Amino acid sequence: MSKISKDQVKHVANLARLAISEEESEKYSEQLSAIIDFSEQLNELDTTDVEPTTHVLDMKNVMRQDEPKEWISKEDALKNAPDQQDGQFRVPSILD
Amino acid sequence: MSVLDLSIKELQTKLNQKDLTVTELVQAVYDRIRETDDDVQAFVTLNEENALQEAKALDEAVEDEQHLPLFGMPIGIKDNIVTKGLRTTCSSQLLSNLDDPLYDATVVQHLSDAKAINVGKLNMDEFAMGSSTENSSMQVTRNPWNTDYVPGGSSGGSAAAVAAGQVPFALGSDTGGSVRQPASYCGVVGMKPTYGRVSRFGLVAFASSLDQIGPLTRTVEDNARILEVIAGQDKMDSTSANVDVPSYSDALTGDVNGLKIAVPKEYFADGVDENVKASVREALNVLEQQGATWEEVSLPHSQYAVATYYMIASSEASANLARFDGVRYGNRAENAEDMMDMFMKSRSEGFGDEVKRRIMLGTFALSSGYYDAYYKKAQQVRTLIKQDFDQIFENYDVVIGPTAPTTAFKIGDQIDDPLTMYANDIMTIPVNLAGVPGISVPCGFHPENQMPVGLQIIGKHFDESTVYRVAHAYEQATDHHKQQPQLGGAKS
Amino acid sequence: MNFETVIGLEVHVELKTKSKIFSPSPNAFGDEPNSNVNPIDLGYPGVLPVLNEEAVNYAMTAAMALNCDIATNTKFDRKNYFYPDNPKAYQISQFDQPIGENGYIEIEVNGETKRIGITRLHLEEDAGKLTHGDDGYSLVDYNRQGTPLVEIVSEPDIRTPEEAYAYLEKLRNIIQFTGVSDVKMQEGSLRCDANISLRPYGQDEFGVKTELKNLNSFNFVQKGLEFEEKRQEKVLRQGGEMLQETRRYDEKTKETVLMRVKEGSDDYRYFPEPDLIPLYIDDDWKTRVREAIPELPDSRRHRYVNDLGLDEYDASVLTNTKEMSDFFEATIEHGADAKQATNWLMGDISAYMNKQQLELNELPITPEALAKMVDLIEEGTLSSKLAKKVVTELVQNGGDPEQIVKDKGLVQISDENQLREIITGILDNNEQSIEDYKNGKDKALGFLVGQVMKETKGQANPPMVNKIILEEMDKR
Repeated sequence: MSKISKDQVKHVANLARLAISEEESEKYSEQLSAIIDFSEQLNELDTTDVEPTTHVLDMKNVMRQDEPKEWISKEDALKNAPDQQDGQFRVPSILD
Repeated sequence: MSVLDLSIKELQTKLNQKDLTVTELVQAVYDRIRETDDDVQAFVTLNEENALQEAKALDEAVEDEQHLPLFGMPIGIKDNIVTKGLRTTCSSQLLSNLDDPLYDATVVQHLSDAKAINVGKLNMDEFAMGSSTENSSMQVTRNPWNTDYVPGGSSGGSAAAVAAGQVPFALGSDTGGSVRQPASYCGVVGMKPTYGRVSRFGLVAFASSLDQIGPLTRTVEDNARILEVIAGQDKMDSTSANVDVPSYSDALTGDVNGLKIAVPKEYFADGVDENVKASVREALNVLEQQGATWEEVSLPHSQYAVATYYMIASSEASANLARFDGVRYGNRAENAEDMMDMFMKSRSEGFGDEVKRRIMLGTFALSSGYYDAYYKKAQQVRTLIKQDFDQIFENYDVVIGPTAPTTAFKIGDQIDDPLTMYANDIMTIPVNLAGVPGISVPCGFHPENQMPVGLQIIGKHFDESTVYRVAHAYEQATDHHKQQPQLGGAKS
Repeated sequence: MNFETVIGLEVHVELKTKSKIFSPSPNAFGDEPNSNVNPIDLGYPGVLPVLNEEAVNYAMTAAMALNCDIATNTKFDRKNYFYPDNPKAYQISQFDQPIGENGYIEIEVNGETKRIGITRLHLEEDAGKLTHGDDGYSLVDYNRQGTPLVEIVSEPDIRTPEEAYAYLEKLRNIIQFTGVSDVKMQEGSLRCDANISLRPYGQDEFGVKTELKNLNSFNFVQKGLEFEEKRQEKVLRQGGEMLQETRRYDEKTKETVLMRVKEGSDDYRYFPEPDLIPLYIDDDWKTRVREAIPELPDSRRHRYVNDLGLDEYDASVLTNTKEMSDFFEATIEHGADAKQATNWLMGDISAYMNKQQLELNELPITPEALAKMVDLIEEGTLSSKLAKKVVTELVQNGGDPEQIVKDKGLVQISDENQLREIITGILDNNEQSIEDYKNGKDKALGFLVGQVMKETKGQANPPMVNKIILEEMDKR
């Protein structure tokens, strides 16, 4: 039994905005299930009172002063745009 | 002997004595690349015109600048480190057209301030996801010691370029071993500094809580000199630490007398090649002869590191790689019907298989109903793995073991099996999870395939000095680092 | 069966820091598209966020002004969703440790005070702006991306659309006084979404809610909720089933329109932001912020009534906006009588503002000038009638009241001899009026005063004119 069904794979792919074929969803279902199976070994460990580590260094309150700085020009902002119009990035509209 | 075989110190002496010009040095780099890169395929983008211009400017520079730490030193940069005005692709089709990412990474700025010369961008596994550089969408880099073999990854281009003598120094990035493992496979020195030691600003993020930039060089001393330049707190990276950067090159005293070494039994488990184990034991003998002592210890949670890593790294990656949507830069798929279609097509066409696989795994691990079971659980186990190291470092100065369980494997051997591929990182991953520094130095050759073996030396947080001192003492007592692969005809 | 309405509001307020929350780009409204952006705002590969300390201070200020508990340990999280205006495809927000929790504000509806709970206030980054064209394309401007934003979520304590309106007014009022935001709905620095559901009276659990969007004024919030209240009641009365819907308010038809039916909840895959370090807000920091909070409107209103003797109505109008209240305070600091200053501010000055559709700070009049004018009235130099001319000049062109009085020759004639001479002349020419007055026609006195004012172009001191006319008539 797969840990991650084809339908779950499709749902996850959609969340991640990846288009996958029926064939790929089969393949990913197998591969991801294998990885998830493998990671089930973590459940051997009792982590009831263990704090999760998000940051490996114990640091607090890293902030900057509220000082505006110019950096790039408006032209540079659009330099790598795949599509643009009137100084703005152009994208296909959302379909309602 | 080529000028490309010289150390930073030797090169700078030659430059100072006018035995060599920066232009000659940089020209030698490009000559060597032209001579060997058809075989090695290390470089994705060359910066030849700019590099030669900079070289010329340095040759005409005032005396003051000649004392800058990396004056005239040619360096190659992994293609996930952002370079203003120079294409930065992460070896991904999605970014193959990103000819100017608008800014320089902080490390690139540091190198430029020190008057190093960026000669070009080096191949990698796409978005640093992989252990063989076969996941590059640009080209397959080959191991200079035997071009049928992978150079390791993800910084395979960096390791191969240094091993092939194309460039004396390179930068890589290490999330789960991506500097150390290819250094090991290619017989060069590769350092993964303490998390927070080097700014990540301008390093295209794979797993933000694990990524670090590190140097790949032929010698420990050169490595220390480059880290000195790129390390330090950066106002643009909140996770960079406010800890002074000592002179690492001053730490290379050759003295390891009284040093206490911990050798984790988990790093000598069943899956580790016997010949690799033998090389590492021999290295321990060398250090013992120099006055160090070693003891077997246990890092009991090591076996959980790979699973922990894949959950954490993939989850972070799933968010980090979401920005590649075809809106502001990069390749956008043509003929999209609407916004959703544009996102889906651009990303599906732009990303390779391994990247998609990890994005999907990470998206799944973070999704509603699974977060606690997978992502949070992995973060808790990460705490246990970190505590393993904390405890060992109460009594020992360094931890030593193999860098990788095996030497390099043949191209195509593991590409279709994610779990086998992931096992290559079994001894490098815990180091990233704990955030401690680790280096790989050459420690001999496998008697069967004649491929290099790497020795991993792991230190305490921010104690790169001790790691370098031990690595240097070992290196000076052996001659592995003096071996060079035969490539593209005889080297002069 | 009768239904009870349950409303909860989600308000987003942009903070007016000088730079953005996670990048040093200028934080400004109304500039050319994509002119206030840098690689961080554009989500370029390799960029990292660095937190603006002032944004935290402002968020704490807002949270404290709304009576929230301030977190000691707080952090940022990534909220993942794809949209072209969201350049990293995750928004840096706060998930399980918001800066503020358990707050409240008090509103007054129909003379009754009611407390509305505030569940949480958290800090996050604003998105860019997407403009939909009718050619199948949309355009994105990232100037707004990274503007610091607080999201303020109310408890479902609101029971009528009118209360919702009052809550928003009060919320805007308080935030405006803290100075951390312009809170202008027309510029988007205050935005509101509303959740509304109905349930039978006496039932504890909530009904299925509708989320209302595109509410571009407080008025539309109220109107939208009123429409929705009726719509839902109708559905329920007909035995229909409510779906969890997102609906848009249409300003033209004054109706709500279905946007989409929600299935389950959105999966934002929140996780702690690894690029930002957690915040530890100790008592010192909290105290520093608390002490810097300016006096809030409720406190000012009480003070105006209790210390300055204004009536409740005047005090609440004066504290309706911070500009007005600050102007008023500055005026009395310059020595003006509080009641007089109030009358002028609420009278001629407000009338002019309404007519011209201008804000107080857009007028050239200064508190100092108003105070001086009030003084001139008090000392008798200026009559109320002349003062109206002076104030007109002040709101239109500004300047110094004394100078205006001098330039326009508006000084009141209070010289008794001068007035007596003028009055004697007028009486000489109006003997019939004197006769009429003596025969009990009081109106005649008014006529005579009018003649004096006419002769003096309105500059005669009216009480003195009255007095002298009577004296002079007595002599005849």
